[in-house]
Amino acid sequence: MATTMITPLNTSSRAASRGLSDISIRNLFIIPTIVFLIVFNIFPLIYSLGYSFTDFRASTNAPANFVGLKNYRELLSDPYIWNNFAVTAKYVIVSVVGQVVVGFGTAMLLNRTIPLKGLITTLLLLPMMLSMAVVGLFWKLLYDPSWGVINYVLDLGKFQWLGDPKMALYAVAFTDIWMWSPFVMLLSLAGLSAVPKHLYEAAAIDRAGPFYTFFRITLPLVAPILMIAVIFRTMEAFKTFDLAYVLSTQPSTEVISIRLYKMAFQEWQTGRSCALAYIVLIMVLAITNIYVKYLNKVKER
Amino acid sequence: MRKLVTSVLAGIGLTLACGTSVYAQEKSLTIFWAEWDPANYLQELGNEYEKQTGVKITVETTPWADFQTKAFTEFNAKGSAYDLVVGDSQWLGAASEGGHYVDLTDFVKENKVLDKMAPATVKFYSEYPGNSGKYWSIPAEGDAVGWAYRKDWFEDPKEMEAFKAKYGYDLAVPKTFKEMTDIAEFFNRPDQNRYGIAIYTQNQYDGLAMGFENALFSYGGELGDFGTYKVDGIINSDKAVAAAENYRKLFGFTPPGWTNAFFVENNQAITEGLAAMSMNYFAFFPSLINEASNPNAKNTGFFANPAGPGGEQFAALGGQGISVVSYSNNKEEAMKFLKWFIQDDTQKKWAALGGYTCNKAVLESAEFQNATPYNKAFYDTMFKVKDFWAVPEYAELLQQLNQRVYPYIVNGDGTAKEMLDALAKDWDATFKKYGRGQ
Repeated sequence: MATTMITPLNTSSRAASRGLSDISIRNLFIIPTIVFLIVFNIFPLIYSLGYSFTDFRASTNAPANFVGLKNYRELLSDPYIWNNFAVTAKYVIVSVVGQVVVGFGTAMLLNRTIPLKGLITTLLLLPMMLSMAVVGLFWKLLYDPSWGVINYVLDLGKFQWLGDPKMALYAVAFTDIWMWSPFVMLLSLAGLSAVPKHLYEAAAIDRAGPFYTFFRITLPLVAPILMIAVIFRTMEAFKTFDLAYVLSTQPSTEVISIRLYKMAFQEWQTGRSCALAYIVLIMVLAITNIYVKYLNKVKER
Repeated sequence: MRKLVTSVLAGIGLTLACGTSVYAQEKSLTIFWAEWDPANYLQELGNEYEKQTGVKITVETTPWADFQTKAFTEFNAKGSAYDLVVGDSQWLGAASEGGHYVDLTDFVKENKVLDKMAPATVKFYSEYPGNSGKYWSIPAEGDAVGWAYRKDWFEDPKEMEAFKAKYGYDLAVPKTFKEMTDIAEFFNRPDQNRYGIAIYTQNQYDGLAMGFENALFSYGGELGDFGTYKVDGIINSDKAVAAAENYRKLFGFTPPGWTNAFFVENNQAITEGLAAMSMNYFAFFPSLINEASNPNAKNTGFFANPAGPGGEQFAALGGQGISVVSYSNNKEEAMKFLKWFIQDDTQKKWAALGGYTCNKAVLESAEFQNATPYNKAFYDTMFKVKDFWAVPEYAELLQQLNQRVYPYIVNGDGTAKEMLDALAKDWDATFKKYGRGQ
């Protein structure tokens, strides 16, 4: 199997005349990537684990002192940090559920022969091609109570989307849904078009209703690819920074990455922020693992 | 193949050789600052210096949002990219204790900087720790929070009559916080899309803190004792509580959604005709008298932060001092530049270009005070400014202030006393953590 994966070297090629073997070529491509990964990802990851047990501050020349689990202990007993986690969890649930419902719904609508289908799909994909910070800035204008378009169109008067502590998080999540539903739609569309037509024909012959067909044929067959979309979006939503940072300053929208940013680069509490980053990393890993387990189960069916 | 490698190496060597020799001949200094108009003025001043001495001055800038991060990243790496930095006053502690700034105490004494500059500016832009007599920078861009107002609204005879009937005194530029609150209430008319006042509320960095300090200092309150780091009984004193309550009251007269406002939004409040009065740094006022950026330019006036109920009058300090970076390779040249920079003539030029000088003689001259509609208010303010903590952990103190003060001011959670008591506890714990005031 492995040998057939690599195309044999053409004996008359330049590479062959220089005497580069398949293995050398493979190494040429892979080693730089691995070195890059180790230097810029793995090494800092391990190094910062060490820092997370110290009181190191990158802004001073003072040596780092080992403080054991103090950073973790203090972080996990800080009510503000817990609030940040609660906000993040709420944000992830609202925005991912919203994106799946809207994205999958749009995909169902598009999964039929309609005129200009290609053009419509492309236009629907536009939001996710924009930069997060730019989206944040112009949604801030759209939401503005004094000159925003949203209040004008919905005739809501001076409703404060981003200023109201209860509404602000939903407003940020809504922007995220607007931006990333097309991503879920795209993946769902791929999944939907792969469902064999004959299953629907068989269901029609058996006089199965539309709900039965949806829950017994469409959903189970699209589920694996939909799960991948959910994993991606959950991870992304968990580390949301730019959108929430640009849109609102209400404490009810301070997701964990904003807190982490402030701790690391405004307060320069390097040791403690490393500890917080590790707590976040472990959480993301745990959640992703649950998803992956579930995904494997879905695929087995 | 070997030939190719040799020739390439030779080429690189030659370029390097040429590069370094050119570099050695031409003296140059790089000054790092945030991206805003005063930085352009400093570049112009630098061009003047180049004409006189042949030393090239380059002012490098970055947007405000990552100014602090970028500067400290460079310091932490002990980088020599910048010879001088025009840094925020709060950085003094972190930058001096971290060894990033060159000690300028001797320079300040030899060149009589203390006599030349407004005393408050040397105290807050240069000295660390407080009252220690150690100096780390030279006041460069003086700045403080002042107020812009709509002259046409204030001078409308109908409004004046209605105001007098309601409050029993004449409508004029407010001299006290009480008057300012009355005026804000008077002009707050949501049905006409007009609001009383625009204040700072942004809690991402020091916006809200600066705004709240304006009320706090004029009410006679203090953040704490800068010498002993005692905060309990000071930041939560009755005066401080009254100041917080007044700031909360002012928030009630702001335009809708004024929950994330800093200098950009507060200038917008005037340019869009949203508010009667707006708090902002003096550095942002030039664009308010420019008709291209403010349609209400002709009708915009300025005043200094008003007094509190006890008659005390102070303002929160902005602005920056210029410091020499310890890791610079051109420290001597940088010192020469500073020597030139503090001369009265240079300071006069600096002011004429649009920089906010801290030079006493220039500030006191009639020429300066009449140059713009806000220079008089700036002069009034610069002799009564106070600032935030400058200890290395100031950002933590700022974050704690934001966490406590924002929910009260903006969302009305709890009471002013509760929130300031909690803040005193937070700050106390932070100072204990860093072993201060023990």
